[in-house]
Amino acid sequence: MSLDEATVRKVAKLARIAMSDEEITPLIGELNGIIDWIEQLQEVDIDGVEAMTSSVDVALPMRADTLTHDETGGGKPGEIVANAPKTEDHFFIVPKVVE
Amino acid sequence: MSEAKNLLRGETGNWEVVIGLEVHAQVASVTKLFSGASAEYGAGPNENVSLVDAAMPGMLPVINSFCVDQAIRTGLGLNAKINLWSRFDRKNYFYPDLPQGYQISQYKDPIVGEGEIEVELDAERTIKVGIERLHLEQDAGKSVHDLAPKESYVDLNRSGVALMEIVSKPEMRSAEEASAYFSKLRTIVRYLGTCDGNMDQGSMRADVNVSVCREGNYEKFVETGDFSYLGTRTETKNVNSIRFVRQVVDYEARRQIQVLESGGTIDQETRLFDVKTGETKTMRSKEDAHDYRYFPDPDLLPLTFTQAHVDAIAASLPELPDAKKHRFVQTYGLSPYDASVLVMDKAKADYFEEVAKGRDGKLAANWVTTELFGLLNKLDKSIEESPISAPQLGGLIDLIQDQTISGKIAKQVFEIMLEEGGDPKEIVEARGLKQVTDTGALEAAADKIIAANPEQVAKVKDKPKALGWFVGQVMKETGGKANPQAVNAILKEKLGLE
Amino acid sequence: MTDLTTLTLASLRDGLAKKEFTATEATSAYLERAEASGPLNAYVRLTAEKAREQAKASDERIGKGEARPLEGVPLGIKDLFCTDGIPTNASSKILEGFTPTYESTVSGNLKRDGAVFLGKLNLDEFAMGSSNETSAHGPVINPWRREGQDTKLSPGGSSGGSAAAVAARLCAGATATDTGGSIRQPAALTGTVGIKPTYGRCSRFGIVAFASSLDQAGPIARDVRDAAIMLTSMASYDPKDSTSIDRPVPDYEKALAGGVKGLKIGIPKEYRLDGMPSEIDALWQRGADLLKEQGAEIVEVSLPLTKYALPVYYIVAPAEASSNLARYDGVRYGQRVHDDDINELYAKTRGEGFGAEVKRRLMIGTYVLSAGYYDAYYLRAQRVRKKIADELAAVFEGVDLLLTPSSPSSAFGLGEKSSDPIEMYLNDVFTVTANLAGVPGVSVPAGLDGQGLPLGLQLVAPAFGEEVMLRGAAALEEAIGFDAQPTEWWKS
Ligand SMILES: [Mg+2]
Ligand SMILES: [Zn+2]
Repeated sequence: MSLDEATVRKVAKLARIAMSDEEITPLIGELNGIIDWIEQLQEVDIDGVEAMTSSVDVALPMRADTLTHDETGGGKPGEIVANAPKTEDHFFIVPKVVE
Repeated sequence: MSEAKNLLRGETGNWEVVIGLEVHAQVASVTKLFSGASAEYGAGPNENVSLVDAAMPGMLPVINSFCVDQAIRTGLGLNAKINLWSRFDRKNYFYPDLPQGYQISQYKDPIVGEGEIEVELDAERTIKVGIERLHLEQDAGKSVHDLAPKESYVDLNRSGVALMEIVSKPEMRSAEEASAYFSKLRTIVRYLGTCDGNMDQGSMRADVNVSVCREGNYEKFVETGDFSYLGTRTETKNVNSIRFVRQVVDYEARRQIQVLESGGTIDQETRLFDVKTGETKTMRSKEDAHDYRYFPDPDLLPLTFTQAHVDAIAASLPELPDAKKHRFVQTYGLSPYDASVLVMDKAKADYFEEVAKGRDGKLAANWVTTELFGLLNKLDKSIEESPISAPQLGGLIDLIQDQTISGKIAKQVFEIMLEEGGDPKEIVEARGLKQVTDTGALEAAADKIIAANPEQVAKVKDKPKALGWFVGQVMKETGGKANPQAVNAILKEKLGLE
Repeated sequence: MTDLTTLTLASLRDGLAKKEFTATEATSAYLERAEASGPLNAYVRLTAEKAREQAKASDERIGKGEARPLEGVPLGIKDLFCTDGIPTNASSKILEGFTPTYESTVSGNLKRDGAVFLGKLNLDEFAMGSSNETSAHGPVINPWRREGQDTKLSPGGSSGGSAAAVAARLCAGATATDTGGSIRQPAALTGTVGIKPTYGRCSRFGIVAFASSLDQAGPIARDVRDAAIMLTSMASYDPKDSTSIDRPVPDYEKALAGGVKGLKIGIPKEYRLDGMPSEIDALWQRGADLLKEQGAEIVEVSLPLTKYALPVYYIVAPAEASSNLARYDGVRYGQRVHDDDINELYAKTRGEGFGAEVKRRLMIGTYVLSAGYYDAYYLRAQRVRKKIADELAAVFEGVDLLLTPSSPSSAFGLGEKSSDPIEMYLNDVFTVTANLAGVPGVSVPAGLDGQGLPLGLQLVAPAFGEEVMLRGAAALEEAIGFDAQPTEWWKS
C-alpha cells in the first residue's frame, strides 16, 4: 500500500492538522518510506495469535460511586477554565458550531 | 416481529417501514462513568467537571463499579446475555463538547449481548422486540449556541456521565410499535431503578433509525438476514419523547417514500428532529464523512466479572413488568391488557395490589382502572397524589362484596370520600346507605307498588320484561338501598311469574 | 568545602542527614551550576525560588530530626511530568502557557519524600524523538564531545534534558520517561544510569501521555544506587491509573548487594546487528566476561522476532498517540490559532502547534487506524506484539536476565540522523522490545568508544524483576568501574 497526495491530505484532514504544500510534499515521501518499512510485518505468521493491547493482565480496577474532591472530582469550574484561551462565566468559548 | 404488517400506500405501490432504536439511558449514578465528579443535572457551567472530564494532560479514567452493575442489571431486565468479558474502545472525532477528542464506548465487545422484550400495543396485540446489545459509554458535553451571535459556549457538565446505549434489532414496523417499545424500555429501567427515565432532562433519548422497503421485502430480510432487502436508513438523533418518536417515524417514512417514488435516493445520514415543525432535517454535511478509528482504550483493561457476581445481581432484581403482568392475570383474573395498563407504572401496580389483596381482583381492577384512573386523569394527578388511598378504596370494595351497599351507592360513597375523605364503612353507617335486605320491609314496598298499579300488573303477565319497571319502583321507594336481587325474587313471587 | 554537586545522590542524602552540609547549600550549588549551563539547553525552566523554599523547609525538618528518604535532595523533572503551579509544556508550542493545577503521582511521590525540584528539563516534543532535536525549545546538547572536537552532539532522546543534566551534574538525579527507549538510550549516550521499570510499576497519572500502553516513568541518575534510591520513591500503586499494579514497592537500594553469583544471563544473538560498530560488540563481550567472572552463567539465547519490534512499535505508538494528542485542540488550554470555523481552528492550531516529527507520527497513527487499514496495520501489529512478548517470556523461562547493548551507536552529531526518520527510529532497536512486553530494563555505562564517547549496556528482566536486574546492574557497574567525566566546555 502506498499513500498518494490525496490520501495524505485526507489523513491530515481527519487528524485536523493544517499543512502547507511545502509540508505535504516531503511528507508524502517520508510517510511512504515508513509505511514500506512497516510492511515487513506482513511476513509474520499470526494465525491464532490474539492481539496484545496491554502488557498488564489483571482485572480492570474499579472505584466506588462516591464523589471525590481531588483532581478526579468536580466543584472547581474556575480551575477547569483557568488555562483556556477564551472563557466567560466558566464556559469555554469557541466559534459558533452550527448544527 | 408483528404479524400484521403496516402497509404505506404510495403512488407506485405499497411500502413497508422498518424501524430500529438506539436508546441512550443515563445510569442513575451519583458520579460519572470514569471520574468522581457529580452526574447531577442542572449545575452551573462546568461545575460538575473534574480535570479528568476536561481531558487535562495526563488525566486518566477509572471506571465506576456502580455503573457496571447497573448495566448488568438492565441487561438482565432485557432478558439479555451478560458478557463476563467486555472492553472499552475509543471512538475518535473532534467536537467542542468532546474534550478528549474521543468518546470512551464499547464497540466490538459490549457488556450486554442479545435479548428480547414483550411490548403491548393494545388489548389484542403484544409484540416481541429483539435487543441487539447494550453497552456503556460516556456522554458528551453541551454547547450553548444562543449566548452570543458568533460563538458557542461549551459546558462539560454532562461530559463523562454514564450512558447505557440500548440497541434494538430492526424489528419494529410502525410508529406505534416504535413508540410502544420506547415506552416499555422506560418502564423497565424505572422498575430496575437503573435510569430515572426523565426525558425532559435528557436522561433518556432515542436515535430513531428508519428505512422503507417494498411490500414483502422485510419478510425476505427476515428469512435471509440479508440487509440489502431493506432500504437505506436514516438516523434521527436524540429524540426525547415517546410522542416525538411516533412523529419522526411517520415523517421519515413519508419523506423517504416521496423521495424514492420521485426517482431520488436516500443517503444514510444523521438527521435532527425539529419539535416545532415536526419535521426532520439533515444534521451533518456528508463532506466530513466520519472515520471514527475505533481501537481498544489503552488507558483501561478489559472489563471482567464472575457469573457469581451476575447471579447475585439477578437475585436482587425486583419483579419486572412482564412477570407482574402475568402474575396479575393468574392471581387476579385480569385481562392481559388491563394487567399491562396496571403494570406500566410501578406505583399504579402497587396501588392496585394493595386494593386487590384478598378481594375480588376483577372488581378491584375495574374500580382502579375506571373510577380511580378516570378521577386522576380529571384531576391531572399522579397515583402518588391520589386523594383516595388504597385502604379507602379497598374498604369500599369490601362493602360491595359483602352486599352492604350496591355498586350504585358505592359510586356515591366514592364521591364522598373524594370530597370529604373518611372511612367508607363509617360513611355508609353515618348516612344510612346500607342496603335493605329485611324482606318484611321489601314485601311491604312491593305490595304497595302492585296495589297502586293494576294495569302494569296486567301487562307484566304476558310481558315479563316489564318486571324491571317494578324493580325500579321498589328501589325508588327504598331510596336505592334495597338489595336488587332480593327485590327481584319477591316481585317474581308476588306477580306469580314463572 | 567540597563541591556538593560532585557527590552522588546517596552520599548527598547521607551527608544531609548527618548535617555535614545543608539542603540550602546543596540546592544553591546545583542552581549555580544549572544557571551556568546555558549552552547545554537542558533546563527549559529553573524554579530557583521554589527550590530554595523547599530546601529551607527540608533543613528545618532535618533539624527537627524529621528527615524523609530524599530530604533536601535537588532533582530535575522532565517537562512531561505535570507539576502543580509550574508550567508544563512537553517541549511543544501547543502547550505554551499551560500551567497544571495538579501534580503527577510520580513527582508527587518524590515531593512526599522530601526532594527539592530545581526545574523542568528539556525533551523531544511530547517525548517523540531519539535525539532531543524535536523540542520546541531547541535541542539539548550532550555534555560529552568527541575527543579533540567541538561538534555539537545529541544526548539522545526523548529524555535528553534529564540525561544531559545528570551527566553535567546540573541535578543529583532526574525523572524521565521511556516509551521505546527514551530513558535507556539517552542514559547510554551520556554515561549515566537509566531505569525503565516494569509497565504499571510507576503511575502514569499526571504525565503527559504519548503512547499509553508503552509509557513508563523511571529515573536517570549517576550510578545504579542513585537510580535505585529514586525508583524506590517514584514507584507506587496508584488507584488513579487503571494500569497501575497493586504490589508492594521494595527498597531497591537494599537489593543491590546480592551480586550475580548463580544468575543465568542470556545473550540474544539476534542483537548482533551487521554494521554495528565493533567497539559496541567488544564492550558487550567484555560485559558478559565480567559478569561471568563474578559467578554468573552466560548463555546464548535466540529472539528471532527481534527485528519486528520496531515496526510494531511504529504502528502501536503513533496509533495511541494520534488519539492521546487529540485533546490538544486549542479549546481548554494551550495555544489557539483563531478561525471562525471550528474545524479550521482545530487544524490551524494543531498545524502550527505541533512540530514536524509529532505531525509525522500523528499522520501515521491516524492512517493505521483509519477505515480499511486497521486490520492490516494496527491489529496485525498488536498480534505480532503478542508473539514478541511470548517469545521473550519463553526465553525468561531459561534465564534470569538478558544482557544487550543499550544503543546501536554512541552520541551522534545534531542533524546527522534527523534527515531520515527511519535511521533515527533505529536508535531504539535494542530497547523497544522491553516496552512492547512491559518488562524492565536498565542501561549502565559500559565504557568509552574510540572517540571518547560513552556507550551503555542494557540488562532486561522479566516483569517485576527489578531487584534481580539491579543486582546485575550493580555488579556490572562495579566490575566496569566507569568513572569518566565530560570536560566542562560549556562553562566559560
Ligand atoms: Mg446512535
Ligand atoms: Zn451512543
